[in-house]
Amino acid sequence: MDALSWGQIFGRIAWQFWPVWAALILTFAVSVSFKRRLGLYGKLYDSPVGMVGFGLVMFWVFTALFAPVIMTHDPLTQVSGMKNALPGFPQKGAEGAYYLLGGDNLARDVFSRMVAGSVLVIQIAPMATIFAFMVGITLGLPAGYYGGKLDTGLSFLANQILAFPVILLFYLLVTPEIVASGLPQYIGVVLFLFPLIFLIVLINSRLYVKPALRNLLVGLVVVIGGWLYLSLLSSPDTRIDLLPPQADALEIPGNILIVFVSVVFVNAPTVFRIIRGLVLDIKTRDYVAASQTRGEGPWYIMLWEILPNARGPLIVDFCLRIGYTTILLGTLGFFGLGLSPESPDWGSTINAGRRLLSIFVHPALVPALALMSLVLGLNLLADGLREESLKD
Amino acid sequence: MLAFLIRRVLTMVLTALCLTFVVFYLTNLPPNLEKLAKSEASTRMSDADVASWIERNGFGRPMLLRYGEWLGVVPGWTRTEDGVTRGRCIEAGQDPAAAPLRCGVLQGDWGFSTVFKQPVSQIIAERLSATGLLMLWVMIVMVPTSLLIGVLSGMREGSRLDRGLSIFSIASTATPEYVSGVVLIALFASTTTGISPWLAEQGWISGKTLFLGTATSALDSGITFWNFGLPVMTIALYGIGYIARMTRASMTEVMTAQYIRTARLKGVSFGMVVMKHALRNALIAPFTVIMLQFPWLLNGVVIVETLFNYKGFGWTLVQAAGNNDIELLLACSVVAVFVVLMTQLISDIGYVFLNPRIRVS
Repeated sequence: MDALSWGQIFGRIAWQFWPVWAALILTFAVSVSFKRRLGLYGKLYDSPVGMVGFGLVMFWVFTALFAPVIMTHDPLTQVSGMKNALPGFPQKGAEGAYYLLGGDNLARDVFSRMVAGSVLVIQIAPMATIFAFMVGITLGLPAGYYGGKLDTGLSFLANQILAFPVILLFYLLVTPEIVASGLPQYIGVVLFLFPLIFLIVLINSRLYVKPALRNLLVGLVVVIGGWLYLSLLSSPDTRIDLLPPQADALEIPGNILIVFVSVVFVNAPTVFRIIRGLVLDIKTRDYVAASQTRGEGPWYIMLWEILPNARGPLIVDFCLRIGYTTILLGTLGFFGLGLSPESPDWGSTINAGRRLLSIFVHPALVPALALMSLVLGLNLLADGLREESLKD
Repeated sequence: MLAFLIRRVLTMVLTALCLTFVVFYLTNLPPNLEKLAKSEASTRMSDADVASWIERNGFGRPMLLRYGEWLGVVPGWTRTEDGVTRGRCIEAGQDPAAAPLRCGVLQGDWGFSTVFKQPVSQIIAERLSATGLLMLWVMIVMVPTSLLIGVLSGMREGSRLDRGLSIFSIASTATPEYVSGVVLIALFASTTTGISPWLAEQGWISGKTLFLGTATSALDSGITFWNFGLPVMTIALYGIGYIARMTRASMTEVMTAQYIRTARLKGVSFGMVVMKHALRNALIAPFTVIMLQFPWLLNGVVIVETLFNYKGFGWTLVQAAGNNDIELLLACSVVAVFVVLMTQLISDIGYVFLNPRIRVS
């Protein structure tokens, strides 16, 4: 068999992505036809920049969803004779099997690894950003609203973390010795508590006038959330081994959890500062004074009066922050921290590919372009959202 | 102003103390000390030997006390065994009575690197100067380019030029250094792809590639366009987008001001208005941003120096962290934290000077 030409390679890659194209066309068709009824999301379709960004982001989301269908090879299997194979190189002994984007220096398929890498990023980055927002909101609201000593203390803590160079922090948190001492897990114990606190306070402040419903909902959050909390944290053979394996709902490998914790830890102080700044601005508005006069509790005002009115900048920052988290995950992989060396995530793949960069470009270039397009999509999406939300 | 300065400096010192203590604590956790003992003495030591080595070399004392030793406020440890007195501040062969009582950062003694087998202060000074050179060139490239892009796109908001340059800035902020480095190497420094083979074929470049993929030789044989172009471009690219966007935002704001309209109505040409009236006021905000970019650049420097194998401060930090070189890592974090805090302070003060409407108290 001959190697494929570039035209054939792109044709085949486009064909491999068919579920993604189908899903994208469906999403866009449905959204455009109902865009007047979809609020801010619908307005996105008025801005070309926002639409391109949203398309890029959804491309990777769908790629992660349909990854098993898209991949042509197993991302970890090494095939003999395919070491550093050039793009479009046919696999010996297998009719019609090609390494579409070549092989890496361990003879694995670069294309399939890139697709498998998107799964990791799409799983971790948005989730870590949500957690960072929960932490930042739960601490930033009271800091901005009450001010005083609480604000001084929390801001000092946040500035401490922000003054740390990110890479040094990663090295300190993710090295095997410190992981063995359980420190990242203990940080996780504290950080993962905040989403629970946030939800409970959110429900309680709204429904304290209807105790029956409130008790039911808070109870549900405590039971379900508590169970998820424990199963997220506990992993066998580490310092925190709380649940028996049968009751463990989430099977998260220990190293991914540590990467997750350190990314949340780095992001949370910035979110805290943004929220605090927004609260300082919004708390002088008339509607806040009105609800204070009405006799509402402080948490009701913070969560149900101030927070909804800060949503514009927060949504924009959320998109940007997912992109930043993606970059951080890549940085971790690039320095070989946390994730296992053969993990197909983009950062690790770039790190593995850079050793032979001046001779074989494709193993590092493919994940690099993938990462860039996802972050670019998120930034364009944020730009489009900002433009549209400023219009009204 | 003076009260503000004193308060800021006090906060800075407190922050630096807290952060160095955190680094000290994390690098001196028991598993790290065991690893240190094994790498310093013998890899095949028994657990009891490791424990006694740690005890004999002063690592067994309470953490806070040892932090004080490192800082130079607590007297260094001494220990007399078989008539020989050894201690933190006593060098080999030195008379114990003549040795100083305290030796720490405050006395200018930064310790000894276990990886490079050199005094830490010497390594840090050397590597910092190498990084300073890199930063200098990054600044020379980055600041004018980003200001130019920002001013050009901000002077006529919504024009085609503005759209194009804005997309470029967004793209450049979406490209972290390890991505742009790889892309730039593929484009300019590969013998098989990009434009280098074509240029060589045309006979326009003498070597095989347009740029060199590593910057190691820049330290030995001097900086050339060939070996220094790519690292500088890689770091600058990530910063350009951000500064350009800030400049654009402040430029568009200034361009809608009343005095600009007055100047235009008076008959001053557009170019003159931009140069004489808008530019100065538009550059206040980017100043702060450029100053606050330093900590970011620090991050980029670590990545780029690793990628291009340039033996500067970032490279040293990675080596120290990867090999648990406690004293070198502490010194690196002191420098890094100092840079971050200093730039925050300077940007605050500079902002007050540039914009007289801001009051500090």
